[in-house]
Amino acid sequence: MSTVSKPQQTPDWRAFPDARGHFGPYGGQFVSETLMEPLEELREAYQRYLKDPEFLAELDRDLAQYVGRPSPLYLAERLTRELGGARVYLKREDLNHTGAHKVNNTIGQALLAKRMGKTRIIAETGAGQHGVATATVAARLGLECVVYMGADDIQRQSPNVYRMRLLGARVVPVSSGSRTLKDALNEAMRDWVTNVDNTFYIIGTVAGPHPYPAMVRDFQSVIGREARAQYLEATGELPDALVACVGGGSNAIGLFHPFLNDADVAMYGVEAAGDGIETGRHSAPLCAGKPGVLHGNRTYLMEDVDGQITETHSVSAGLDYPGVGPEHAWLKDVGRVQYVSVTDDEALSAFHRLTRTEGIIPALETSHAIAQVIKLAPQVRADGGIIVNLSGRGDKDINTVARMEGIEL
Amino acid sequence: MSRIAARFESLRSQGRKALIPYVTAGDPEPANTVPLMHELVEAGADILELGVPFSDPMADGPVIQQACERALKHHVSLRGVLGMVREFRRDNTTTPVVLMGYLNPVEIMGYETFAREAAEAGVDGLLTVDLPPEEGGDLVQTLSANGIDPIFLLAPTSHEARIKAICGAASGFVYYVSLKGVTGAASLDVDAVAEKLSLIRQHTDLPVGVGFGISDASTAACVARVADAVVVGSALVKLLAANTQDLPAGRAAVASLLGEMRQAMDASQQA
Repeated sequence: MSTVSKPQQTPDWRAFPDARGHFGPYGGQFVSETLMEPLEELREAYQRYLKDPEFLAELDRDLAQYVGRPSPLYLAERLTRELGGARVYLKREDLNHTGAHKVNNTIGQALLAKRMGKTRIIAETGAGQHGVATATVAARLGLECVVYMGADDIQRQSPNVYRMRLLGARVVPVSSGSRTLKDALNEAMRDWVTNVDNTFYIIGTVAGPHPYPAMVRDFQSVIGREARAQYLEATGELPDALVACVGGGSNAIGLFHPFLNDADVAMYGVEAAGDGIETGRHSAPLCAGKPGVLHGNRTYLMEDVDGQITETHSVSAGLDYPGVGPEHAWLKDVGRVQYVSVTDDEALSAFHRLTRTEGIIPALETSHAIAQVIKLAPQVRADGGIIVNLSGRGDKDINTVARMEGIEL
Repeated sequence: MSRIAARFESLRSQGRKALIPYVTAGDPEPANTVPLMHELVEAGADILELGVPFSDPMADGPVIQQACERALKHHVSLRGVLGMVREFRRDNTTTPVVLMGYLNPVEIMGYETFAREAAEAGVDGLLTVDLPPEEGGDLVQTLSANGIDPIFLLAPTSHEARIKAICGAASGFVYYVSLKGVTGAASLDVDAVAEKLSLIRQHTDLPVGVGFGISDASTAACVARVADAVVVGSALVKLLAANTQDLPAGRAAVASLLGEMRQAMDASQQA
């Protein structure tokens, strides 16, 4: 199945961004002057080290021995049978150390920080997954680590807060604005601008000013590179479709990017519709927002008529963000990827379905992608295949799920 | 000649330096702002910098973040801010007004619409802190076509090539951010500022303002010895925050601190 019409001459979708970090009209560097030189230093270092055999060897070694890569590509046979359509393959990022895809990126950026002589790491986190993945690599490399987290998220995600503290990170509550992820990002930016000489800011998603969207994508693309080779080896062909959830969009771009020039592979990015797009209580800027500028880049945003950023809602804290990576904004506009949305209820139902059919408890973020697969698989040819990014495991979410179902743990 | 250029020329001929207070429009409520603008002028302000409230003020410290939050409780929009400038202009046609804020509200309004309506309202300059000149080409052109000066920031981290490029894009004046940090941060290092200013002046004849970290009269006077303009924000906004229940008292406290700065600056120029 392919829902993407083939252009006359296939463009090289993988050749972006341009030298200044633009994906069409999106991306760029919208930051205060103080950060322009530090961003240039970062861009220069990242582009140099991504071609440096020694750096790459160290990265590969860490990904293999510390993270546990390659992650398996698992054929979900029972789910496939139940859905009665294409074979469903799960790219098992949940089996990575720390339980999600986030660590692919924090390992890469931390190695870069070390090469650049930075002694202090900062990060923002929403659900705490990126915070844990950052605190983990900082502990391993012996770097000071400060994680900014919205005061409300600290309340909601206390196990991850404790995990970060165990790992030696200082978790700083952010009480400004909506007291969630976007405010944590603001505060991390303020820290960076103040301590820019010794501090490396590890952004957890494919957003922020250039080079972050490209750099985080490059570190996460290991997911798609492995999946493409694994699928080819297993079936001798390419999959019909890829599915991944999109908050900022790092696991999705990591899976999609190596396939972008495979014109017959359809791609679905799944946003959080929360209570339903029509209620306005959602986190789906690509499906229901409009372009604007926030956190260093131009992209689709949830905003009001005055250009103020609005509050978002999703059962999944990791998708609860009013922006999205600029490459996704561009891939939406050019039609290479289709962006759809899934409600809290649909995600919750998919959470149970995967757990019961495959014995795999997915993260609530990931459950959005599973919900889309449940809709999609029956429409795809029966001898075809779909790869879904199983971006994280759901242990962190069992309290949330129990609470939603009125169960006291 | 623009109001900003005229103001700097008149100050130069008097041997004085510009004092530029910043307040967030609509803080703590919309009715406070126009009276405050007039009182700032009476207390010795040469140019007014009016903050456009934004939900995510990344470059600001807690004082101005909270000012934005107070204003946004009253839904103060960019159009609302232009209304305040229009009202101010009924009684004051000479004091330049510079809007300071973030790009997104301007982006949503549309560059053309904003520039036209801002010019009509009597706005003289626009400083968008998250818009470096690399990304600002279209906006700079639109502003200039409507007689509004695009004001750009320079920072301690700006290397000479950037200084040169930014000075080339700027008009009105350039704004040197005195320290690595957010607004309202601790005190600045006057010697380091002086050194950077001399580098900046090699690349522009525009007046150079200095802001961030100026919170009292003596620092203002020190900075005025090396800069063409002194920008003070958080120190004033703090006084508004302490008097949200008594708006006239808040305005009086702001005017009194600004008056001290004015006196100290003028005295140090004569010395």
